[in-house]
Amino acid sequence: MTQYKEFLKKLKRNTGAKISLALLGVLCFFALFAPFIAPFDPTQIFDGQLKLPPFWLDGGEFKFLLGTDDLGRDQLSRLIYGARVSLGVGALVVILALSVGLVLGVISGYAGGWVDSLIMRIVDVLMSMPSILLAIVIVSILGPSLINGVIAVSVMALPAFIRIVRASVMAEKHALYVVAGQNFGASHLRQVFINILPNVAAPIIVQATLGFSDGILNIAALGFLGLGAQAPTSEWGTMLADARSYIETAPWLVTMPGVCILIAVLTFNILGDGLRDILDPKLR
Amino acid sequence: MFKIVAQRILIAIPTLIGVSILAFSLIRLVPGDPILLLLGERGVSKEMYIDIQQKLGLDKPVIEQYFYFLSNAAKGDFGVSIVSKKPVFDEFISRFPATVELGFLAMFWSIIIGIPLGVVAAIKRKTFFDYFLMSGALVGYSMPIFWWGLMLILVFSVGLGWTPVSGRISPFFDVDPVTGFMLIDSLKSPEGWGAFVSSLKHLILPSVVLGTIPMAAIARMTRSGLLEVLKKDYIRTAKAKGLSFYTIVIKHAFRNALIPVVTVIGLMFGTILTGAILTETIFAWPGIGRWIVASVTSRDYPVIQGGVMLIAFVVIFVNMIVDLLYVWIDPKLRDS
Repeated sequence: MTQYKEFLKKLKRNTGAKISLALLGVLCFFALFAPFIAPFDPTQIFDGQLKLPPFWLDGGEFKFLLGTDDLGRDQLSRLIYGARVSLGVGALVVILALSVGLVLGVISGYAGGWVDSLIMRIVDVLMSMPSILLAIVIVSILGPSLINGVIAVSVMALPAFIRIVRASVMAEKHALYVVAGQNFGASHLRQVFINILPNVAAPIIVQATLGFSDGILNIAALGFLGLGAQAPTSEWGTMLADARSYIETAPWLVTMPGVCILIAVLTFNILGDGLRDILDPKLR
Repeated sequence: MFKIVAQRILIAIPTLIGVSILAFSLIRLVPGDPILLLLGERGVSKEMYIDIQQKLGLDKPVIEQYFYFLSNAAKGDFGVSIVSKKPVFDEFISRFPATVELGFLAMFWSIIIGIPLGVVAAIKRKTFFDYFLMSGALVGYSMPIFWWGLMLILVFSVGLGWTPVSGRISPFFDVDPVTGFMLIDSLKSPEGWGAFVSSLKHLILPSVVLGTIPMAAIARMTRSGLLEVLKKDYIRTAKAKGLSFYTIVIKHAFRNALIPVVTVIGLMFGTILTGAILTETIFAWPGIGRWIVASVTSRDYPVIQGGVMLIAFVVIFVNMIVDLLYVWIDPKLRDS
């Protein structure tokens, strides 16, 4: 409990972490309560009200605070629903990559030998591809959709998780407390999950936070390339791709989804930096 | 040194094999007949079907098929693009210089701007300057570059009209692709200087966009690396000797702080290649990134398969060079 209190104390002193937690709160609020906050349904089409500018520009209306897109859908509502997709994808990616990465990383680091070599060679192969390229390969096999995009982005995130878990487990494997556990006849599972992992949680938590920002960024990038979420899903990257052709006539349609992506990614990067400072000062 | 080079090449072999297995399986994992996928589904004659079946050895066991694939790849035969009907390898070679040119310039910006910014932030630690630069670096590091590119186009191309929106050179110039690098070829063209300026103008926005994330990463790493070194005992000794601050930072600290920076620069090659896929799509830059994205959209499977393999080879090769550079820079690594 004292550890937890100390964590909170350090958290209160870390400005970056506080700002990012506040931002995260706002994003989560939008994502969770999207149907109540959004003024319209994100797929509702208003005939004859295409590409209206935001209310502060000439021709804008208060009815559509941030204007409407090329099909006459309310931009604000679509952006709010987009928070749902992005945070949801981020969470899914972290859960998938973390659970698979944890298992493979632990096996690799704890078992060593040829198992370790085999897993690390697979990681090498995954890392020899520019990450977006790997996602493109996966999407070209499975076909473009949001779910396949999530799978692709999770595979992209996997090598980092495997490596960090493996390195942590390897570093602790020969620590005295682990050897002592072995002498007392602790099973391998107990050694890994009860003795080792809680002690190496810090870098893994930091990586998980950064995994969120990577996940959000990469699913938006896939959406932008037309390989992620498909119409009419209101996903920020896909919205950006759709608005691209109107960059001269309706620049606000291009500006806002990008601002949302940037804020979401920035939030998790600041949080990751802050958590690293708090949890593991050695890493700086 | 020779031993180290040999060692790195040996380490790369399993990775190369892994990549080839991945590329080989790709076409067989996609639902549907691989031969029809490779030929494009329409207008396949009986002869063509049998021809490619024999060439890939699809009537043989899978293991044998893989060796067919490998030996073809070793000969530079990666099949023929469905869309352009040209060999995949030739397409790759004709587009590769454009990506190298873009990536090289992006790396150039990010190093010559990122390192000085990091040094300044470290020297002015905990001042407004430091906070300002490092917040900027964090934003740059988090940047969705596909949006950043559009914003720069909006301001500099659409708004101010300073730079062109897309392509490598103005269509008014007739440049002979001798080296494939537009900056060099344009100088050799009859219009010379004018063509060079035009190609440089086309390069500026894409390379700035592509260099944004590496620049931020390099600035952050330079700052933290330098701060780390400035704490060391030998810096205190240098101070005690009465050396000027400038001499201490530049001569004693900076060189030692560079090692982690070189590591980051090495890692950034992968980021640049990933970024190139997005940047080339935004600026209609005729490099390998846009080529591979277009091939996915048009389901040009021979290009996806061959392109993935060729790009991975390049990455593995570059990583090997970077690894060797570390050893050259940091003699301590030579023993291990």
